[in-house]
Amino acid sequence: MSERVGIEVSLAVAEAVGLCDVDVVAAYPITPQTHIVEHLSELVAEGRLDAEFIPVESEHSAMSACVGSSAAGARTFTSTSSQGYALMSEVCFIASTLRLPIVMAVANRALSAPISIWNDHADLMFARDSGWIQLVATSGQQAVDLSVMAFRIAEDKRVSLPVQVNLDGFIMSHVIEPLFLPDAEEIKRFLPPFQPLLRLDPARPITIGPVGMPDVYTEARKAHDEVLKASKAVILEVFDEFAKQFGRRYELIETYRVEDADTIIVAMGSISQTASTAVDAMREKGLRVGMASICLFRPFPAAELAGVIGRAKNLVLLDRATVFAGGEISGPVALEVKSALFDRGLSPKVANFLVGLGGRDVTQQNFEEMVERVVTAKNGDLPPYEFINVRE
Amino acid sequence: MARESGIISWKELNPGTAITEPGNAAELKTGDWRSMHPETDRGKCIKCGQCYIFCPDMVYAKDEEGYYVQNYYWCKGCGICARECPVAAIKMIEEVD
Repeated sequence: MSERVGIEVSLAVAEAVGLCDVDVVAAYPITPQTHIVEHLSELVAEGRLDAEFIPVESEHSAMSACVGSSAAGARTFTSTSSQGYALMSEVCFIASTLRLPIVMAVANRALSAPISIWNDHADLMFARDSGWIQLVATSGQQAVDLSVMAFRIAEDKRVSLPVQVNLDGFIMSHVIEPLFLPDAEEIKRFLPPFQPLLRLDPARPITIGPVGMPDVYTEARKAHDEVLKASKAVILEVFDEFAKQFGRRYELIETYRVEDADTIIVAMGSISQTASTAVDAMREKGLRVGMASICLFRPFPAAELAGVIGRAKNLVLLDRATVFAGGEISGPVALEVKSALFDRGLSPKVANFLVGLGGRDVTQQNFEEMVERVVTAKNGDLPPYEFINVRE
Repeated sequence: MARESGIISWKELNPGTAITEPGNAAELKTGDWRSMHPETDRGKCIKCGQCYIFCPDMVYAKDEEGYYVQNYYWCKGCGICARECPVAAIKMIEEVD
């Protein structure tokens, strides 16, 4: 067992990626992700990591270089945030359907305009339909552990898909947290060498990324969708293996005091920690409140989530990104949750709040207000979503 | 049939729709795309090979007498050969059935 150390989460993620013996890192610095690639470039420059560090001129080039290196059979890592993701997104959609197991840390940040370097989930939601696996960390330790597991999930031959590890910008990426860094020998036992399904090799030429005529495009999308569906079982398997070896167990939906809860807050990312504190405070006042945190956004674990929240009378669904749909439907996370419930014939009272946009703090007081709102509202009185903490 | 048409199940696609056999475009029957096909009048043909050079689908191949003959398995009927023939020996004939 390794020692617990106090370290900035970004540096810890970079250390973990280094310990995974990554072959190629192609990345462009962008706040708040910068410390991750900066530290990886240090590791390479100091000779502590035997990898190719490609200092590209943009995120579009970063992901393009990643596609090439992964297709050539190299274990490949990159990292970005917000506008950087927006610029690389064209190539991200290609990486996934080409089944290239690239791992990317996304230090979540709001999208412009107005220009904001601060945290919300606009980039995570923007990436939603790109066909990647999207893991979401609730703590620095989890961000580190997910970074290690991401390679094993991505490179599993039943999956062979790129994986995003989302960690909240600043709130998590820049916090110094006491955490366990796995050691190199432990990781070697956990993570087998990368053996790609197919490899670009001049000795055995193949074509990657050909045109897909109308008579093959649907089949290509179906094949991609099937493999993303099948990845959930592999993710659970990897979580289980990780727990056995490292003693830290993760769940697709992490829960806090939900067993007898009338009202459950559904959150995602670091805000879950504030939510848990608020749950304790409300419990002391006699309110039966619990919290469920979504740790896997794609594929969406609808069955697991419904299993956890299905019996609650009231739900507080949090969204950390705006949806511009005309006000008559909910925010992006709430849409998924409502869909999961509808498909199972469940219809609790639901309030959806847009919170923590562009770095706005969400306080314990805010949670108490949100819970009160859903508990006291008459069914049918709640709008599809409401902004919290907005000045009139 | 699948190799001629490229019509296969999603289960048979290579990961990422990769093409793992180089040159397998030769198996794809593009000949059934056409509505017209080229025919060469050997009386006019001067065996210059312009049709062979310009054909985008490698339809033409030289025979023992030096004439260029069409392989209709690939010919899409684009008509470039007829357009480029310097002695107007190639005519595009409408497909009847």
